[in-house]
Amino acid sequence: MLDALTVAVSVAALALAAWCGYAAFRDQPTKDWHFIGMAVVTVLALAQLVIGIVQLARGEQPAEGNVIFVSYLVGAVAAVPTAGFMSLAERTKWGSITVAAGAVVLAVLEVRLNDIWGG
Amino acid sequence: MVSGTGTGERKRLVKGPGLLLVWLYGVMSVGAVSRSAYQIATEFGRAPLAYTLSAVAAVVYAFITYTLVRGGETARRVALGCCAVELVGVLVVGTWTLVSPGSFPDATVWSKFGAGYLLIPVVLPLTGLLWLRHRR
Repeated sequence: MLDALTVAVSVAALALAAWCGYAAFRDQPTKDWHFIGMAVVTVLALAQLVIGIVQLARGEQPAEGNVIFVSYLVGAVAAVPTAGFMSLAERTKWGSITVAAGAVVLAVLEVRLNDIWGG
Repeated sequence: MVSGTGTGERKRLVKGPGLLLVWLYGVMSVGAVSRSAYQIATEFGRAPLAYTLSAVAAVVYAFITYTLVRGGETARRVALGCCAVELVGVLVVGTWTLVSPGSFPDATVWSKFGAGYLLIPVVLPLTGLLWLRHRR
């Protein structure tokens, strides 16, 4: 379940990065549809956080320890909304680029999460 | 730390490319601060030099993020100086880890010029210097 969500979040994050990158390429700021996309990615990351904590509560052990695991899960939830919030104040293509960068950071966090869980 | 440059008088540094810059500095701050805090708290004895250098990097990132968000001419100059220090730090630590890997039982944020962080640590200060000079 956790693995499936890690894949889902990674794919969604890369799609969001490509989409916002395309908006930036067309010299456009983030729009309503982009924010819906960010919400979808964030909901997936939240689901991952919940499932991750449930796994810990069941007594499963991440290879690199609980603290690092939970920190990365929380970071994954925070990455895209923070970038999205910042893009609200910057109504140019640089807002879109920042959200794309946020989504790339999330994808990297997912790769690390996979290592942290599986070892 | 988000978009908090409301005061009209100060020169805004979080604007256009500056937004991306402050986001990346924010990410590096959170990453480096939490990483070094965790390592120093749990396993400092294993690689004291590496973890101390990571902590120094964390402080530099956090401070630059703060100056960028604050904005204004003084902050711009201070940030410019810190980016230069950061660049020197990345180059020195990066070279040091390549020349003498034995001194580092574990990686620092700036090991191998930040290869573990997609080389962002070496690109970031250069971008920062360019942006801050441009905003003069």
